[in-house]
Amino acid sequence: MPANSAVTPSTLSRRDLPWQIRWDIHTCTLCGRCTAVCPVNAIELGVFRKRSISSPPLGLKDKPDSSFSVYHGIRQRTDPGYACIGCTMCNLVCPNNAIEAVKTETTDMLKFHQDRGGQPRTRGGRRNSPQSILDQIKFIRISMLTDPALDAGRHEFELRTLIGRVLSPAKAIKAQRENGWAPPVREIYPLLIGGMSFGALSPNMWEGLQMGVAYLNEELGMPVRMCTGEGGCPPRLLRSRFLKYVILQIASGYFGWDEIIHAIPEMKEDPCAVEIKYGQGAKPGDGGLLQWHKVNKLIAAIRGVPPGVSLPSPPTHQTKYSIEEAVAKMIQSMSMAWGFRVPVYPKISASSTSLAVLNNLTRNPYASGLAIDGEDGGTGAAYNVSMNHMGHPIASNIRDCYINLVKLGMQNELPLIAGGGTGKNGNLAANAAALIMLGASAVQIGKYIMQAAAGCLGTEGERCNICNIGRCPKGITSQDPRLYRRLDPEKVAERVVDVYVGFDIELKKIVAPLGRSTSLPIGMSDALGIAHEGAARRLQISYVV
Amino acid sequence: MCRLFSLTSRDLVSPIKAIEALEMMKEGHDGSGIGIFLSDLGGPFSYFTELPILSGIFTQSGLRRQEDFLSGRGFVPRYRLILDVKDDPPPGTPKREIYLIQVYEPPESWQDYAPEQKERLMTQTRLDLSHMGQENKDMVVFSFWPDVIMIKEVGDPMEIAVYLGLDRKELFARRIMAQGRQNTNYGINLYACHPFFIQGIASMTNGENTAFVPIKEYLSTQGVVGYEGYYSDSEVFTHILHFTLKELGLGIEAYKHIITPLQDIDLLNHPDRDFLTNLKHSCRRLIIDGPNCVIGCLPDKTMFMVQDRKKLRPGIVGGKPGLYAFSSESCGLDAVIPDRDKKKDFQPMHLDTAIVPPDCKEVRICRQTQPLPLQH
Repeated sequence: MPANSAVTPSTLSRRDLPWQIRWDIHTCTLCGRCTAVCPVNAIELGVFRKRSISSPPLGLKDKPDSSFSVYHGIRQRTDPGYACIGCTMCNLVCPNNAIEAVKTETTDMLKFHQDRGGQPRTRGGRRNSPQSILDQIKFIRISMLTDPALDAGRHEFELRTLIGRVLSPAKAIKAQRENGWAPPVREIYPLLIGGMSFGALSPNMWEGLQMGVAYLNEELGMPVRMCTGEGGCPPRLLRSRFLKYVILQIASGYFGWDEIIHAIPEMKEDPCAVEIKYGQGAKPGDGGLLQWHKVNKLIAAIRGVPPGVSLPSPPTHQTKYSIEEAVAKMIQSMSMAWGFRVPVYPKISASSTSLAVLNNLTRNPYASGLAIDGEDGGTGAAYNVSMNHMGHPIASNIRDCYINLVKLGMQNELPLIAGGGTGKNGNLAANAAALIMLGASAVQIGKYIMQAAAGCLGTEGERCNICNIGRCPKGITSQDPRLYRRLDPEKVAERVVDVYVGFDIELKKIVAPLGRSTSLPIGMSDALGIAHEGAARRLQISYVV
Repeated sequence: MCRLFSLTSRDLVSPIKAIEALEMMKEGHDGSGIGIFLSDLGGPFSYFTELPILSGIFTQSGLRRQEDFLSGRGFVPRYRLILDVKDDPPPGTPKREIYLIQVYEPPESWQDYAPEQKERLMTQTRLDLSHMGQENKDMVVFSFWPDVIMIKEVGDPMEIAVYLGLDRKELFARRIMAQGRQNTNYGINLYACHPFFIQGIASMTNGENTAFVPIKEYLSTQGVVGYEGYYSDSEVFTHILHFTLKELGLGIEAYKHIITPLQDIDLLNHPDRDFLTNLKHSCRRLIIDGPNCVIGCLPDKTMFMVQDRKKLRPGIVGGKPGLYAFSSESCGLDAVIPDRDKKKDFQPMHLDTAIVPPDCKEVRICRQTQPLPLQH
C-alpha cells in the first residue's frame, strides 16, 4: 500500500488477521492450485516488483546502481471480507509444501470488523472454546481385587439403550396381559448421529452417512440410528427399508414434511422415531438457518420451497402458543400419523428451563424421551454471538434432569438423550460414557462425525467454520457439485463404520474395568470423579485430587 | 469373597450345622461378620407360626423403648428368647447387651385387615423401630415377621456361634441360611451383614454388585415400604426378588430374567419372547452386574440359587431327599451332608436357577431358555 493512500477504519494489515499465510518463494512452483482451492479467495496471484541495488567494489570507476525486477508469488488479501479462515487447503494441495496458514499469537483485529453493512457475523461450527468439563471427568471405580475386572476383548457386552416411553414394570405386564396399548420402544445403539439436515450437509455427505449406518446395522449388527435434521428426507429413502434406521426430524420450518406425509402410505417400514426440534444447543432460542447459497434445485425440491432463497426457521413453532400446545399436541399429532407405532420425542437446547419441559413430559404418556443439546453443540449456520454466548452446559443439565427423574422414580421410563460437544477434543468414548453415567440413556453426535468421517477442518480455535456459505472446502456442507464431488460417499461410509467400531471398543474399555457389561451403566454416578470441588458438588459425583 | 451356606430340610436342624459348613470354608471369609436366617422353626416358636417375631440387638434402654413403642401400638408380648452370651465376646466382637427374639401378638384391630395390609404394617413397624434405634444407637432390628429369626454379629462365625450359644433346641429350624462375610467394599456394619430380609423373602449374595447405585436409586423411588437402608450393595438382590414376587406377581422362575435377562438370539428364540422383552425393557434398571451368586428363601420356604450372567462365582447344590444344601464350595456340603450322592451335585451355570421346593425331595433346575410357567 502506498504510504499516502487512504486508511479506512477497516483497513487491516496481514498481521491483524487471525490467520497468516506463510509462503516460500524458493519451493513454490507457481502452479496456482492454492489460489484455486481457497474457499474464501484469501490468496491470489501476486505480481511483485523488486528493486535490486548493486554496489561495485571500492576503488573502481563504476558507480552503485539499481535495477527493478518482477517476480510472481502468492499475496494474502487483507480485506476483512476475504480474510483467511485457516482451513489450510492451500497446504493440502501444494505439491511442494510451500504454503501454509499460521494462527496469529496476538489478538486478531478482524473480529472488530466482521459486521460490514450492519450484518453481524454468521458462521458454522461450535462455540469457540476448547474447554470441556466432560474431558475432566475420570472413571474412578475400578474393580480389581474386590472382584475380577471384566475383559473388554472377550466377555459379552450388552451396550444397547432404549428410545421410547418405557412403561413401569407393573403397567407393562398389565398392558400385555390385557392386550392393551404399549408405547413403541426401540432398542438401539447408544451413540446416535444427531440431526444434520439434507441441505446443511451435501448430498455426498448424507449418502455416505446413510450408507455407513446401513452397513453398521445390516453387516455388523449395530443398531445405529441417524436423525435427518430439519430438511426432509430424500423420497427414495422414505420408501425404502432403510427408513427404519432413520429418525425423522420436524422443526419450526416444517421443511420437507409435505413430502414425508405424502409418503406415509408408501412406506415399507416405520421410521425409528420422530424428533420434534424446539431448540438447538449451538443457538438456543434461535431458529434454523439455511442460507440462500445452499438452496439449490435439489434442496428446494426436497424442502418444498423455491430455490435460491434463505430458509430461516422461526425460533418457535408458530402454530403453538404454550408448552401444552407445543409439546402435548405436537407429540400426539406425530404419534397419530404413524398409528402410535413410532416413538416421538422433543429435542430442546439445554437451558435452566429444561426441568420444566421434562416435568411436563413425565405427565404425557406419549412422550418417548427428551433430547437435550448443550451449549457446545455444532450447527451449520448461526450468529456468532448465539454460538459463543448462549446456552447451558450439557453435563449439569443432563444430571439435573436425571436426578429429577430419579426423584419421580421414572428414570427408566423417559430416556434422556444428551448431545452438544461430545468428543469436541477427540475423546468421544470417554465423553459419551461420562454423559451416560451422569444419566443420559443415549448420546448424540454431529460435528464429531463430520470431523471423523469426512475430515471436517472446523475447530473451536476459529478454524474454517464456513459451513453456512456453502463453500466447505471438503465438500461436507456444500451444495456446489464442484465442491462436494471431492467427498467420496463410499469413503465417508467406511469412516463412519471405523468410528463406530472404534468407539465400541473404547466404550468397552471403559465399562469393563468398572465391572459393567450386562447393561448400559446409565446413572452409574459412583463411577465418576472430578478434580474440581464445585463441579463435583454440582454433578453429585466424587471430588478426587 | 463371602462364603454362603444354606440348608433346607424336612426335619429340624441345628443352626450350628450351617456354621460348621462356614467353618469348613474359612479360607474364604475374614470373620468380619456373620448373618443367620432361620425359618420353619421348631421348638417353642412352632406354637406361634402366625405371630410376628422381633429379632434384634438392644441395650437396656433400647429394650424399654421398644417395649413401650410396641405396647403403645397394641402389641402384646408372647414368648421371649434372650440369647445367653458368654462373659467375654471373641476378639473383634463388641460387647452388647441383649440379643432378643420376641414373639408379639398384633393388635386386635389387625384381624380385619387384609393379609397385604398386615404385611405392610409389620414391615412399617420394623422400619419404625429401626429408625428409632438409629437415632439413639440403642437398638438394631433385623426382622419382624412370623416364623423368621435373624441373628447378625460382627466376628468369626464359629466363635460367634459359641459365644451366643446358637446350638440350642429353641433355634432348630428347617430352613437355615448363613453367610460368613468377607468385607470388601463398605464399612463393617451390622445392617450390612447378609442375609437380607423383607416380608418373608430372604437372600444372601457374594461378590460385588457394580450396578448398585442405579438399582438402589430405582428401588428406593418406587414407593414400596421397606426399600431403604442399602448398607450393602447386596441388599438390592433381596428387594428385586421382593419386587418380582410381590409387586409384579411373578414366580421365582422370572427372577433371573429380571436380574440377568437373556440377550439377542436366545431372547429371539424363546417361546415367551414378547413377555420377556417387555420385562427386560421395563425392568432394565434392575439388571445386576458384576460377579454374584445369590441364594434365597421364599415365603413358601422354597430355596434357590442363581448366578450372574457370566457365572463368575462358585456355587453348588446337593443333598439327599429330605435334606438339601446350597454352598459356595463343595467342602461346605461335605461338612453337612457327607453321605449324599456327590454325582448328583449340581453347579448352576449362567442360565440356571436351582430350586429346592419346601418338600425337599429334589433339586429342580430352571433354565432361562425354557418356557416360563403360565402367568396368572
